Amino acid sequence: MTKSMLIVSRHAPWGGLSAREALDIALAGGAFELPVGLLFLDDGVFQLLPGQRPAAVEQKDLAANLQALPLFGVEDLYVCRQSLRLRGLDGQPLALSATPLEGPELADLFDRYDLVITL
Amino acid sequence: MKFAIALFSPPHAPSSRRALRFAEAVLAGGHEINRLFFYRDGVYNAADSIVTPQDESDLPAQWRAFVERHALDAVVCVAAALRRGVLDSREAQRYGRVAVVPTPPWELSGLGQLHEAAQSADRLVCFGGD
Repeated sequence: MTKSMLIVSRHAPWGGLSAREALDIALAGGAFELPVGLLFLDDGVFQLLPGQRPAAVEQKDLAANLQALPLFGVEDLYVCRQSLRLRGLDGQPLALSATPLEGPELADLFDRYDLVITL
Repeated sequence: MKFAIALFSPPHAPSSRRALRFAEAVLAGGHEINRLFFYRDGVYNAADSIVTPQDESDLPAQWRAFVERHALDAVVCVAAALRRGVLDSREAQRYGRVAVVPTPPWELSGLGQLHEAAQSADRLVCFGGD
């Protein structure tokens, strides 16, 4: 039986390779038509802010890779509402449609997946 | 039980040492490792160019000895490795670089190998995620 995998992305987009390399696991899983979910947690929620200008820090935009998720069949996207709130981002428009979850909903999410990778 | 083990941290990180001790314990306990997969800074654990001071623990050498002794399937993510200058002979030739690490039994391959190992193992155990 095919196992589902939840990838938990916990880092802001431009401080290192974390965000990109977490996303790459999700995209690879999607390419193999595996049931993959992606949760943006803690500073990972910063990846979802629209209108970023990564060129200012000589980085390549992550937005194209994020937008590619549904094309790769990765449609189960989640964001931690508490992480948003703690960063003053609750209610802000996000670049990607992700289901906001918090508290016991997050515990349920982790329970639903067979495998979890946190980056 | 069949274990897939993924490592994300560099050789000097405590989690890399714990991953190796865990892997040893898996085999010592009569279980199986279907694949080691090194990703992110974990790829440095396969860089046999690393020279560790004599009185310090040489984790890349320990990983190599472990993989060779047990003839394990040991995969280094090629995308993560290229970014970090860890190139086997094929990639070094492709990109016109002089440095060649790692050498067999390490194998550079894609993230599909992580998914494949996770699918066929009973447990995926990750070390060094942050």
